[in-house]
Amino acid sequence: MAQVLSLLQAAIVFGTVILFGAVGEILTEKSGNLNLGVPGIMYLGGIAGLGGAFLYETSVAAPVPLVGLIIALFCALLASVLAGFIYSFLTITLRANQNVTGLTLTIFGSGVANFLGGAMNKMAGGVGQISVSATSSAYRATFPFLSEVGVLSSLGFMTYLAIVLAFIMSWFLRKTRKGLNLRAVGENPATADAAGISVTKYKYLSTCVGAAVTGLGGLYYVMDYIKGTWANDGGIEKLGWLAVALVIFARWKPRHAIWGSYLFGVLFWLYFYIGGLTRSSQELFKMLPYIVTILVLIVVSMRRKHENQPPASLGQPYFREDR
Amino acid sequence: MNPTHREPWIRIARRDSIAAWHGWLIRLAGLLLALLVSAVVIYLIVRLNPIKVYSAMFEGNFGTNRRMWVTFRDIAMLLCIGIGLAPAFKMRFWNIGAEGQVLVGGIATAAVMIYCGKFMPTWALLIASLLASLVAGAVWGGIPAAFKARYGTNETLFTLMMNYVAIQLTSYFVAVWENPFGSNTVGIINQRTQTGWFPPLLGQKYMLNVLLVLVLTVAMFVYLRYSKHGYEIAVVGESNKTARYIGISVKRVLIRTMMLSGAVCGLAGFIAVAGASHTISTSTAGGSGFTAIIVAWLAKFNTFVMVLVAGLLVFLEKGAIQIASQYNLNDYASQMITGIILFFILGSEFFTRYRVIFRGRKGGR
Repeated sequence: MAQVLSLLQAAIVFGTVILFGAVGEILTEKSGNLNLGVPGIMYLGGIAGLGGAFLYETSVAAPVPLVGLIIALFCALLASVLAGFIYSFLTITLRANQNVTGLTLTIFGSGVANFLGGAMNKMAGGVGQISVSATSSAYRATFPFLSEVGVLSSLGFMTYLAIVLAFIMSWFLRKTRKGLNLRAVGENPATADAAGISVTKYKYLSTCVGAAVTGLGGLYYVMDYIKGTWANDGGIEKLGWLAVALVIFARWKPRHAIWGSYLFGVLFWLYFYIGGLTRSSQELFKMLPYIVTILVLIVVSMRRKHENQPPASLGQPYFREDR
Repeated sequence: MNPTHREPWIRIARRDSIAAWHGWLIRLAGLLLALLVSAVVIYLIVRLNPIKVYSAMFEGNFGTNRRMWVTFRDIAMLLCIGIGLAPAFKMRFWNIGAEGQVLVGGIATAAVMIYCGKFMPTWALLIASLLASLVAGAVWGGIPAAFKARYGTNETLFTLMMNYVAIQLTSYFVAVWENPFGSNTVGIINQRTQTGWFPPLLGQKYMLNVLLVLVLTVAMFVYLRYSKHGYEIAVVGESNKTARYIGISVKRVLIRTMMLSGAVCGLAGFIAVAGASHTISTSTAGGSGFTAIIVAWLAKFNTFVMVLVAGLLVFLEKGAIQIASQYNLNDYASQMITGIILFFILGSEFFTRYRVIFRGRKGGR
């Protein structure tokens, strides 16, 4: 029982990182923009949050956790929106290829984050690691009234924020006029344009806001998952691609991304809790989330049910005069 | 007409055509701008004269004979993957799975070197691992293509996921072949006997890598431009319907081309394992599979232009690593600079395809 509980907790913490990434990417992809820069945006969000908190904690004698929390959150959002803006400007205004721009954003984000992360580790004192304990403790603080409830006893507020955001996104996409407009842009931009919807505006906004949500995944990873430190081990990159996988797994529906993310977490950590596995077979177990995603992708394309398909114009550029 | 409607301050018009020299001039301007911005970034970080920094980059690439050959080796590797991607991209098939295809090619090569190294001579090993890597890459690339052809499964996402299956597969084999026990690496395969390694040619360890890839560069250029297959690929890329109309089997071309694309990427894995590192790990491809996508795209699938683009990217990477070690920074600076430069090159493509017209300048011609 204790084992199951600890597996679930590990799965939820793991799942929250990719849930942020996936919810942001769903919003972006609904506008027809396939942003493969998810890992890069998460990197930038994570390092900006860490950097902001680090500067604050080193410049003040007794840092207040709540202030650190706000500064980190602000920096992370700012950096992620900027990343989303670079992508939008290149793909929407300058009409560059989406896949190539996204991959470049990933290279750029991982470069900036690991460069600054390494530099901050050095500034924090030679071999020693950077640590923003006060800010991180604010992120990891649990709700007092939940501290007795088994699985929930050790979860910080961002775990719940991710779920709330997923529900809001789901409501936005299905029930509001703006959400419907956005989906129209992603399905058929030419028709949306003819109906008087500003394709450019919708694409820009959804990509930038989507990037902000994705960046929160990086912030959560840095502040909660690895507890306010930095390691140049490519951890964020792996999770970023899993977030892209989760979007497919959830069939572009934020509600399904919630349980999907925890399922991915369980699949990812399962090897740790099954006794008697050799190290080689553990590696095969870690393949599971990707295999499951591929299977979902295949089954969805075989069944051809309309509501499960990717947005019809996903990855396609839209220029009014090109028709 | 609505009297309040005025000509917009700025508008964009598609260029009908552009002279080749003009296009390259625009791209060159983009590159120069990128180098300028990078110089500013470098200056802000290290507070050093950027000219000095760029000369240090040159030093890092060509400072010694050994360095120069390592640079050539790495260009060859990136170029090889780019060549592999060219036919797929020309067909408008987004093969994002090069990283995985390189890895399975590497696994196949390592398997042949480990299991057959005891009883086969080097020439036989090289042929066997070449074939094994080609087959492994072709299978890895063929699977997503088969599903695309049969069910229309999204190839961008499928090939992307296949990368991570391949990475885990590599980790699995690293654990199986671990040597020495507990090191979590495969170690140098056949270190003592050097069987299955690329032999030095003309006294250069990496000569064979470079020659192989140069032959491929020419071969792929000819294949795409002058062969019947190349023509079919171009037609399928332009329009599936036209292809079907003139009697091309789109499915067959799709699967065949992706198997070829995967096979060439698998070959890059062979070169990386048998010709360079003599070991296998999850970093055998080291992200080149993704960088090569950018190389192939920027070169517009022209393999000769790819030589230039791959050369530029490797130059930047090696140079930034040199700066990093010289000024006590970390290597990731190179990724950052590469990112900035690619953003600018991607942006400059726009100006080769469109004209920007300001209000008041009639027609802008």
